[in-house]
Amino acid sequence: MFIPHTDSEREEMLKEIGIGSLDELFTAVPKEFRFPKLNLPPALTEMEVLAELTELSSVNESTRELMCFLGAGAYNHYIPAAVDAIIQRGEFLTAYTPYQPEVSQGTLQAIFEYQSLIALLTGMEVSNASHYDGATAAAEAAVLAYHHFRGKRSRIVLSPAVNPQYRAVLRTYMSGYAGLEIVGDEAANSPFTTIEELAKLVDVNTSLVVVQYPDFFGRIQDLTAFAQKVHEAGALLTVVINPTALALLKTPGEFGADIVVGEGQPLGIPMSFGGPYLGLFATKKELVRKIAGRLVGETEDANGQRGYVLTLTAREQHIRREKATSNICTNQGLMALASAVYLSLLGKHGLRQVAELCYHKAHYAAEKIGQIAGFEVHTDGPFFHEFVVKTPAPVADINLHLLDHGILGGYDLGKDYPGLENHMLIAVTEMNTREEIDTLCEVLQEYNHG
Amino acid sequence: MAEPTIYEISSEGRIGVRFPEPDVPRTDLPAGLERTTLPLPEVSELDVVRHFTHLSQLNFSIDGGLYPLGSCTMKYNPKINEDIARLPGFAFTHPLQPAETVQGNLALMYELQEYLKEISGLAAVSLQPAAGAHGEFTGVMIIKAYHDANGQTHRTKMLVPDSAHGTNPATSAMRGYEVVSVPSDLRGNIDLAALKELCSDTVAGLMLTNPNTLGLFEEHVVEVLDLIHGCGGLVYGDGANLNALLGVARPGDIGFDVMHFNLHKTFSTPHGGGGPGSGPVGVAEHLVDFLPGPNVVIAEEGSEDEAPLFDLAMPAQSIGRVKSFHGHFGMILRAFTYISMYGAEGMRQIAEHAVLNANYLLAKLHKTYHVPYDRICMHEFVMEGVFEDAPGVHALDIAKRLMDYKFHPPTNYFPLIVHEALMIEPTETENKQTLDQFAEALIKIAEEAHTQPDLLHSAPHITPIGRLDEVKAAKELVLCCWYPEQD
Amino acid sequence: MNIPGDLKYAKTDEWVKVDGNVATIGITDYAQSQLSDIVYFEFKVDPGESVKKGGTAATVESVKAASDIIFPVSGKVVELNDAVADEFEGINSKPYETWFLKVELSNPADVDALMDAAEYEKYCEERGH
Repeated sequence: MFIPHTDSEREEMLKEIGIGSLDELFTAVPKEFRFPKLNLPPALTEMEVLAELTELSSVNESTRELMCFLGAGAYNHYIPAAVDAIIQRGEFLTAYTPYQPEVSQGTLQAIFEYQSLIALLTGMEVSNASHYDGATAAAEAAVLAYHHFRGKRSRIVLSPAVNPQYRAVLRTYMSGYAGLEIVGDEAANSPFTTIEELAKLVDVNTSLVVVQYPDFFGRIQDLTAFAQKVHEAGALLTVVINPTALALLKTPGEFGADIVVGEGQPLGIPMSFGGPYLGLFATKKELVRKIAGRLVGETEDANGQRGYVLTLTAREQHIRREKATSNICTNQGLMALASAVYLSLLGKHGLRQVAELCYHKAHYAAEKIGQIAGFEVHTDGPFFHEFVVKTPAPVADINLHLLDHGILGGYDLGKDYPGLENHMLIAVTEMNTREEIDTLCEVLQEYNHG
Repeated sequence: MAEPTIYEISSEGRIGVRFPEPDVPRTDLPAGLERTTLPLPEVSELDVVRHFTHLSQLNFSIDGGLYPLGSCTMKYNPKINEDIARLPGFAFTHPLQPAETVQGNLALMYELQEYLKEISGLAAVSLQPAAGAHGEFTGVMIIKAYHDANGQTHRTKMLVPDSAHGTNPATSAMRGYEVVSVPSDLRGNIDLAALKELCSDTVAGLMLTNPNTLGLFEEHVVEVLDLIHGCGGLVYGDGANLNALLGVARPGDIGFDVMHFNLHKTFSTPHGGGGPGSGPVGVAEHLVDFLPGPNVVIAEEGSEDEAPLFDLAMPAQSIGRVKSFHGHFGMILRAFTYISMYGAEGMRQIAEHAVLNANYLLAKLHKTYHVPYDRICMHEFVMEGVFEDAPGVHALDIAKRLMDYKFHPPTNYFPLIVHEALMIEPTETENKQTLDQFAEALIKIAEEAHTQPDLLHSAPHITPIGRLDEVKAAKELVLCCWYPEQD
Repeated sequence: MNIPGDLKYAKTDEWVKVDGNVATIGITDYAQSQLSDIVYFEFKVDPGESVKKGGTAATVESVKAASDIIFPVSGKVVELNDAVADEFEGINSKPYETWFLKVELSNPADVDALMDAAEYEKYCEERGH
């Protein structure tokens, strides 16, 4: 309860206003609607609410107790203590959007550094201040492409190996634009459609092509030739990325991507049952004025001191109103800060270390699982930290068995891909020790024999 | 003295956080796909902590002082929210875990859905949208889906008041609607006559903020809704100003068909320097099936001894997914905590004191500043930042000068229908002393505007940096700091 | 406020100079002063495109506003001033010497419907407050 007024203060204030009671403040509200009785539980003090919610949280099984081999868009990574210490500082946590730059240089410079880090990590030339998450960032790429071609190109080509949730959100966003066709990921197509096959769908009527790297199944491949084909048709190429993987792998910028989007959660943001997360959005320089969302730019004050401001704000909804290409206002400021701190703490060496740990451990796990009778590792070719395993029984049953042994199993691909029943997507990160991986294999082995 | 960037304090070879060596055999990296240079900073942990600590000290924040931004509801962000969000049982759950392993999370989300239904008087709520604008987008999509399902595809227009926040028309345009502006009358309400003219069967609906962005309760709200419903349209409620209505009036009772909530405004979740927010959407009975999803439902009823079994499900005619996973669970947690600490009576006290504080400030200032709409306001009010007898002084100057008095400026130049607008919303968590000091500062500044206008024009003077060259920023577009080696 | 006598003016603050069947279009001194320092300019049409009166020719942005440049006449775009997209300071400093596009008129009567200098001056005064 955070209302500070005392009885006497209330009286004084009512007098200054010239009314007799608080009720008189609401005479504009029609009587029949005024002061409804709300059916809410009685108020709790801080002590009580902490006790109640601690108990509620203990009903869950978290990745503190369970060994986590689940990925599919959110990942169990180690978050150094300093990240949280910094984002909990009231000056960051309780500040607003930096519309008054003179008193918001902390937020503005932090976001400027975030933009720089993301641009450099992805190999692109410019990054915005964030979108809500990877899925909405991907959708905004489609909106950008639509306006880039002024609505004259009506086809979007989507790889089925792009995260299914991202494709769903993209479709929701684009349902407001007349005459569009979205092809490439139809249920009838194989989820493992090659990019060569996908390239055949790209024509002069295509505004945007979206692929993922590493893809939803964990696979990585060189996109240079593919990018060339997309550009020959004059279309824009969007690559959905995993930021941890980019510490190890050639960047989409080097392949020639026009837009890079992705989920920034692996960069120092807790899994927190799905949010808040961080939508990464970076592009080539030529597209900067088409980018939705906030941008922080460097400038000077009258004394020549370097400072930062929100810039190109004329693109945004508060000025363009119905002519704005996107309505985004609040974004994910604090999560962008968290990722900037994470990337700074790990730096060149640390992020590479984490990526290598994920890579080696995932390959160790894949090799061992491949040796278990009844289980087949379905990923041929290079992969990062996720791979597909064909299971001898429904994934749900296997996962129940794993849970009994304190293991959170991989993702059931049958949920999103007809034809991929009994296929599990397993993720391995730096948080999985060798013992955990060995235990996973033992329990899977046990499943097949029991 | 400016703080250098993280790249400027980097030193080649310096290591920050370390990780263990691999405890498994190494596998060769894929040929031809390995990255050759990784241009990230090389700093120690202390470098990082100092750097960001210095940056934080350049910020103004609610923890530091009054932040009277109109329509932003900058109330105190309770610290207990932060502790609860960090309980490992909540923070370390993966969004795709089997429902049986996250019943605590699902129960909490279900309860918040119920609380928001109760507070708004609506029939169902989705917690999925990530922010207010996102909630608006969702709501407008629901309106379109409803009309399409009823064969009403000729409804191509969305009515938006001229006082509306920019996200309203932007959202409507995103969904393919033609935006038609509705003027306000001299008392700051929607011009009923003008609205009547605009109502037809080509209208999909009206986006209405109530109280509106002038801080005024729509005096003819029932007639407005009747007019829209009468021509077959739906009414969308922008919930940005809900702080004035908690326990006072329920949008659902009044007849709103769909609305969004801003958990980061009304329900105390922290603003974080520009997000994350959270924008749940509530709907009336006839729109329940169109909500985005998945949302939390009761899969198996409970009993006296057993809690119900919760699960996630897609509504029958859902507009689809608007975001990955389930929504901003971390903010949902905080909002739930907040509502739990107030209860029903507490909700009403929030609104009462938010409105009391705003009217108190209005009473103290309306003789010094011109207030165009002269009636009891709700949780915020708008005044003009100009004086007839002090030409050359604008709202911008007053805003900048306020920083010298250690207050964050109010919103300025919005809403567009007030000349040189200053929109002030103190919120209920500010005490009388703070309000008195704020009023005093504004009155002093009004005096300075007449006697020493240059003080205002050159303000602020005590902030870490002076007014910044925004034209240079837009023309020269420097959006990244480059690693020293690159160019 | 500079309002040359030999031009025609639209309510949306474009000036039009007619030469035979070709209309040259720019924005007025009033428009550029409302926008203040222009930081960006983008054409929304290509040469050869048929355009209608009321359609969007280009977008011009300053730090506090963004405006569409509206076609005051219908016809076919014959030339774009590509230099303007890089040198937009000229729009502020010499608004009547900085042209944006040339349109071959499909309906010469469109020009008659525009305001002359005196009418435009009066129009600007009325909008002042």
